[in-house]
Amino acid sequence: MNINLKIWRQSSDSENGNVRTYRLENIDPNISFLEMLDILNIKLVKEKKDPVAFDHDCREGICGSCGFMINGQPHGPQKATTVCQLHMRAFKNEDDILLEPFRAESFPVIKDLSVDRKAFDKIISSGGYVSTNTGEAPEANSITIEKEFADEAFLSSACIGCGACVAACKNSSAMLFTSAKVAHLSLLPQGQKEAKQRVTNMVATMDEAGFGSCTNTGACSAECPKEIGQINIARLNQEYISSTLAGFLKKKNDRN
Amino acid sequence: MTDYNLFSKAPDGDLYTKWEDYKKSLKKLSPEEANNYKVIVIGTGLAGASASATLAEQGFNVHAFSFHESPRRAHSIAAQGGINAAKNYKGDGDSVMRLFYDTIKGGDFRSREDNVYRLAEISKNIIDQCVAQGVPFAREYGGLLDNRSFGGVQVSRTFYARGQTGQQLLLGAYSALSRQLEKKKVIFYPRHDMLDVVLVDGKAKGIVTRNLIDGEIKTHSADVVILATGGYSNVYYLSTNAMASNVTANWRAHRKGALFANPSFTQIHPTCIPVKNDFQSKLTLMSESLRNDGRVWVPKKKNDQRKPVDIPEEERDYYLERIYPAFGNLVPRDVASRRAKEVCDEGRGIGPTGFAVYLDFQKAIEEKGEDFIREKYGNLFDMYQNITDENPYQTPMKIYPAVHYTMGGLWVDYNLMTTIEGLFSIGESNFSDHGANRLGASALMQGLADGYFVIPHTAMDFLAKEAPLMKDITDKKEFKEAEEKTKNEIAKLMKVDGKLAVDEVHRELGKIVWDKIGMARNESGLKEALSQIPKIKESFWNDISIPGSEKDVNQELEKALRIKDFIELAELMAYDALDRNESCGAHFREEYQTDENEAERNDEQYKYVAAWDYSESENPKLFKEELRYDNVKLKTRSYK
Repeated sequence: MNINLKIWRQSSDSENGNVRTYRLENIDPNISFLEMLDILNIKLVKEKKDPVAFDHDCREGICGSCGFMINGQPHGPQKATTVCQLHMRAFKNEDDILLEPFRAESFPVIKDLSVDRKAFDKIISSGGYVSTNTGEAPEANSITIEKEFADEAFLSSACIGCGACVAACKNSSAMLFTSAKVAHLSLLPQGQKEAKQRVTNMVATMDEAGFGSCTNTGACSAECPKEIGQINIARLNQEYISSTLAGFLKKKNDRN
Repeated sequence: MTDYNLFSKAPDGDLYTKWEDYKKSLKKLSPEEANNYKVIVIGTGLAGASASATLAEQGFNVHAFSFHESPRRAHSIAAQGGINAAKNYKGDGDSVMRLFYDTIKGGDFRSREDNVYRLAEISKNIIDQCVAQGVPFAREYGGLLDNRSFGGVQVSRTFYARGQTGQQLLLGAYSALSRQLEKKKVIFYPRHDMLDVVLVDGKAKGIVTRNLIDGEIKTHSADVVILATGGYSNVYYLSTNAMASNVTANWRAHRKGALFANPSFTQIHPTCIPVKNDFQSKLTLMSESLRNDGRVWVPKKKNDQRKPVDIPEEERDYYLERIYPAFGNLVPRDVASRRAKEVCDEGRGIGPTGFAVYLDFQKAIEEKGEDFIREKYGNLFDMYQNITDENPYQTPMKIYPAVHYTMGGLWVDYNLMTTIEGLFSIGESNFSDHGANRLGASALMQGLADGYFVIPHTAMDFLAKEAPLMKDITDKKEFKEAEEKTKNEIAKLMKVDGKLAVDEVHRELGKIVWDKIGMARNESGLKEALSQIPKIKESFWNDISIPGSEKDVNQELEKALRIKDFIELAELMAYDALDRNESCGAHFREEYQTDENEAERNDEQYKYVAAWDYSESENPKLFKEELRYDNVKLKTRSYK
């Protein structure tokens, strides 16, 4: 198959970028999307031109490194699929394919399709953990957890932190990402003790990092390559309200 | 040239209490004292993240480096199947002793008793630690932890989180690390490649890094350096490793005096999606756990072009079940891989290339139902379908072996210290625990054992005997020299200006390593490899092209710096495989096999760890660490 790529080229966050066109011919529809970009890059290197920078590593859809917009959709047209798992058979001969970086104020462009998602690490380090030092843990089976809850917690914890949710959101909100971690830990007994503090801190960090507000459009969940559910956002809101309400009630009681 | 008298430094005493006794004898530092020391950790996968978090909890100031943008991207994340622990929750007779024995036997008696016993012992603490962190392991309806079986063992001791166990464990270690980032006990340097280790008075006191965003070359000093940099499977070009996994940090340490042990012990995983075309950039693993319910077969007839459904039962050869009735489809990886190669070499392979065998779930789906299979392996089946465009619920998977893990690595003693004082190596990056073959679900175990439970004790002991630097010493001449050398090397690479992309050279190298130092090796092939690899080196230094600037994001330069080291490593692998005139585990020398085509060990002459030095001008020199077996009897492995 032949394709016409229109790729956003930008040398750094401080420079202006623009879209450049590249044509590739005789592409095997069974190769992956990133293998197609490998072919383009080898061609560019041989022409002594700067290859297209993009993040990728495991190419198994689990490390969360890859991700950019393909024709306006994070990770492209295929549901529940990261770019690295997308194959050229998802496109048609002579298609125009537009590639752009994830666009969000909190994700500055590093180069071309590569963006800086450091803000996600900040959100996690402000509370996305259980405070247990190594060696302090009790015997594992002394904590029993209903299978239903363990399975739900797993589904939330399956988030790969790729940033597609932010890119899909018209407000560039990181609510799906943040709520997935809050939900994972609040569904488990281990996460209960710090639940209130966790949600307050993580939401505050998320806001500080410049992510927008959530208006519950559900675009994040629809575009999520791991199908992290919107229910996580509801869980976060529940945790947040009970946390702030508890603080409010405590203040009121203290006054009385 | 330095001479090395290799000794594991494992203390004397009873195997069963050795580690506990030893720990008590190690020197300790209070958090206030530890606060005077700076620790550099390279790599933030399971081993690096768990070590960084734990050392920070102890009070050390940790500086953690990764070429990734975030610790969570490390390749540990892709481990699918599970993690072993001798909990005996299933009451099927498991014990620390049994896990120890299975691991020693699985490694074909080429690993250290003391290390492996410690690993088996610690396995139980790992599960406790991970559960306390909130790792959502699979559970039974009663709320207790579930287990499954893995290759090479007859008990259920593998803890798992669907097919994403590595992800969940890494996110656990990452969360512990993140907690220390918040407390400022860990400083994380994202997108940094380590390009050299700096020695002062023979001790590792720092590193040279390249910032992958702006190309800045910088030196960092510390009281100790810990390498948690993973394996080198990508020397084969195609492997199941992530694209950027590399040997560079280890190789640079090797060049500075850290011996490299058993480089030719590389694991070929039996169940991967077969290579489909020349553009293939990497291979995808299908977890070994699938062999619990999947049956491996090929047609009995050669060149049988029929669809699998059209081949009746009696014309199928379930060769693993036939040859190994006791273990069946759950034989260890090296055995399953070699047998797959054998049937394909006979002309009975399937698919367009003839280099594939079937992994069939039909029987399991009939007996247990499709929902059961989906619950257990859903994400793997989806991944398979996405890549191959075939539905494994309806037609058997096509699989073929691929390089997956490297047992070899930097030589370390019982304290996990390399032959450079103050330089430690943990996780897949060292050679220590898996001998000549690693059993499934043991890599995650070792990474976390080293990081959470070994290095915090042994590194603390080392540091307690060292006066802390208490200051930056990067103005010393050793640092300036190392920095200069790195800059010169990069300048030299940028000047090559040939016609080949780095990937093209890498692919050529990979073909040689796969053909000659892959699943089966022989003397003439290894000698050919030794004559071909220098040509690849020549082509690399004359023909590659790296557009752009070194002072900018330059992914071609990053690759070139890695391939350069892979080429040198490939040569060492050939020397190592050539030296070992026996077959053991994953190292199968065709000249040394039994009448039943099984590996034929030679314990008389080769019961040693082969540790190699580096020389710019001469062939590498071999140093041997003789292995002692006081608690297990050396036997020929049998899975029949």
